[in-house]
Amino acid sequence: MSSFGHAGLLVRRSVIRTLRQPANLVFSFIFPLLLLAVSAGGLTATTKLPNFPTNSYLTFALAVPFIQGALFSANSAGTNFAEDIESGFLSRLSLTPLSRSALLTGQLAGVVALGLLQAVVFLAVGLAAGAGFAAGIGGLPVLLALSVLITLGFGTLGALVAIRTGSGEAVQGMFPLFFVLLFLSSTSLPRDLMSVDWFRTVATYNPVSYLIEAVRSLLITGWDGKALALGFGFAAAIAVAGVYLCSRALRNRMVRT
Amino acid sequence: MNRRFRSVALAVAARSIHNVFTNPALILPSVVFPLFFFAAFAGGLARVGDIPGFDYDPGYTAFQFAFVLIQSSAFGGVFTGFGIARDFEMGFGRRLLLAAPQRPAILVGYLIAAFVRAAFTMLVVTVVALAAGAELNAGGIDLFGLYGLAVLVNLAAALWAGGVALRVRSIQGGPLMQVPVFLLLFLAPVYVPLDLLTGWIHAVATVNPFTALLAAARDLIDGDAGTLGVAVAISAGLVALFGVWALRSLRRAEAAGG
Amino acid sequence: MSQPNGIEVDGLVRVFKKGPRAVDGIDLEVPPGEIYGFLGPNGAGKSTTVLMLTTLLPPTEGTARVAGYDVVREGAKVRIAIGAALQDAALDPFLTGREHMRLQGGLHGLDRRERERRGDELLERVGLSEAADRKVGGYSGGMKRRLDLGLALVHRPRILFLDEPTTGLDIQSRTALWEEVSRLSKEDGATVFLTTQYLEEADVLADRVGIIDHGKIVAEGTPAALKAEIGHAHVEAQPANEEDRGRLDAVLERCDGDLTSIVRELDREGIRVARLTVHEPSLDDVFLAKTGRSLEGAGDDEDELLEEALA
Repeated sequence: MSSFGHAGLLVRRSVIRTLRQPANLVFSFIFPLLLLAVSAGGLTATTKLPNFPTNSYLTFALAVPFIQGALFSANSAGTNFAEDIESGFLSRLSLTPLSRSALLTGQLAGVVALGLLQAVVFLAVGLAAGAGFAAGIGGLPVLLALSVLITLGFGTLGALVAIRTGSGEAVQGMFPLFFVLLFLSSTSLPRDLMSVDWFRTVATYNPVSYLIEAVRSLLITGWDGKALALGFGFAAAIAVAGVYLCSRALRNRMVRT
Repeated sequence: MNRRFRSVALAVAARSIHNVFTNPALILPSVVFPLFFFAAFAGGLARVGDIPGFDYDPGYTAFQFAFVLIQSSAFGGVFTGFGIARDFEMGFGRRLLLAAPQRPAILVGYLIAAFVRAAFTMLVVTVVALAAGAELNAGGIDLFGLYGLAVLVNLAAALWAGGVALRVRSIQGGPLMQVPVFLLLFLAPVYVPLDLLTGWIHAVATVNPFTALLAAARDLIDGDAGTLGVAVAISAGLVALFGVWALRSLRRAEAAGG
Repeated sequence: MSQPNGIEVDGLVRVFKKGPRAVDGIDLEVPPGEIYGFLGPNGAGKSTTVLMLTTLLPPTEGTARVAGYDVVREGAKVRIAIGAALQDAALDPFLTGREHMRLQGGLHGLDRRERERRGDELLERVGLSEAADRKVGGYSGGMKRRLDLGLALVHRPRILFLDEPTTGLDIQSRTALWEEVSRLSKEDGATVFLTTQYLEEADVLADRVGIIDHGKIVAEGTPAALKAEIGHAHVEAQPANEEDRGRLDAVLERCDGDLTSIVRELDREGIRVARLTVHEPSLDDVFLAKTGRSLEGAGDDEDELLEEALA
């Protein structure tokens, strides 16, 4: 079988496995939507603050699930990878003529598919609940592309931890860290409305802020070149660095096993 | 409480406390999570205190301090439930059931441990809040009421989670202990006072018993003990309710052989 | 009224939901100071019986009195009188041996000084003094069992329940545990109720043995009496020359296990033997005779059944 055919099989396996786990679905869909509901309900009054960019907090907060979903997929990609390492499946693959990049693509296909599905569901639920989508129908492919890129980026980080440690527990342990990363960003308020200095500084250095702001610009402003450039730039940088590091780590692991 | 009852309760408590404070994996989450919430809310949302109609004298940091204090004591109770579930999952519960003439003493032991754990977290949260500049208008009696209320919340949560743990007797029961408490906490006026909430969340928060507890805690920090009575009545009611629940769960565990 | 330090069981039954009758009408009596061996394969109902006698599981039917108290109505009093080391020595991997002793002492209401003194004494007695301050997570299987036994003795119980105390142990640890148990009975006068699936264990330790299969006691008595019931020693011989086989077998049959006459007859007939073995009836023979099966591999998994029913 060609390497391409192998990768195709892996893609299939990865997608099916990811979408079939009910726990994955709870964390990927229900939890982000629950947090959205809680914050959209609880923080609606903040739109009364001067300079708040929109009068719908729901629209403002709708950007968060896209990023949060991606963080969860990092977890799920890492867990799947770690399982394969623990079960010896990866060692078996390393005996096939499969290239590392094909292997990596195959393994990450599941979370990318999940990311796409998440983006569609979040947008649909948001719009149904009355959120705005300023960029309109033309913004849809841009939003989906951004979501996939973000998911891929965080997916590689999860995979990286799995490949380096070979332990599902280590992947789970990294999860709270992602959560912290999400909350110490412009998740709940625009950065220029943060009055506590250290918090604004942390949020400014936190790349997650720019990912959120890019998604948010499509929802609130429409077409904001700078925000989109920053968002795509950071997402691409994370994905490229992640793929490179994964590929290196994979080479080391496959030499070892 | 006879001597033997006390001895069992203290032995169970001492062992749980020892385990919690010698295992970073057990003590860290109960301290780090509240501090993280505090940082994210009091730090990231500080401007929320400037919303028109947001009248709270002590300021937004103190407003969130009240939430985090109550939240951390509730989760101190939930984490104790995790410990009970672990003990019964690995058969350690059987050792306790076997040695204790009066088995409710085991439950009391776990509750003491829950209290000590929550007291430690409350201390850390208070120190951090004061360092972060939370201004407390509360007098001595108000503070006594504030921490008393937190202890009651801790007790109620520990009884709830302990009851689940004694029924499920496996750490798989974790989400069942945690999620309802989490929902109750966050479907209350976490970020703004109740009257600034609108729509469905206002409706939910109005009937959420936790809303009154949170309001009383915030009033106490503002030096106003007027709403404390209602809050104490509600939390005492929860303690009684979950106390019955936990005792019945204990009987369930006994009937199943631990 | 039952004997103060004994065990009296009358028609005990335990049925699990969706399961068979794990314990199906057991009667037994253990007088004070006796070591009673409860022998049976996996799944015979041994552990379920122990759980009921130690007040951990309520019986479906029947009564049991332990130390003179009813296990259902006077559970608290039973628990004060007994000590137990159950099948999975439930220890906390985060605690040291000494900390376990402290906890157990506290559970049994010993005061602080007594707790330390008794803990040290028992750790010494079960040979764990040196390992006392190490976390139990790093103990070997044998060490865990010995610690569990020590813990069961903290409050000087009058009746001791040991559920398969040596299952999974190597032969050295097993022998050490046997010595400790028989010392407990001889020197301290404790009543011991011991379950085992090892014939040798029941044979060496028990004053009296009850054989349980499918929830019922199929035989009971001293090991010697049980074996005698099956028959006499059985002699096997191997002739030096294979052509003597027929004559040799005739001699063995004629003498019916009487060693003296066998030897005399063989000498008289001039048959030379390469080997002569006396095969004493074992408890396995008893088990085979009573159940039609050999004890080895007779089990169907009671543990699984228990877990399923308790889930």
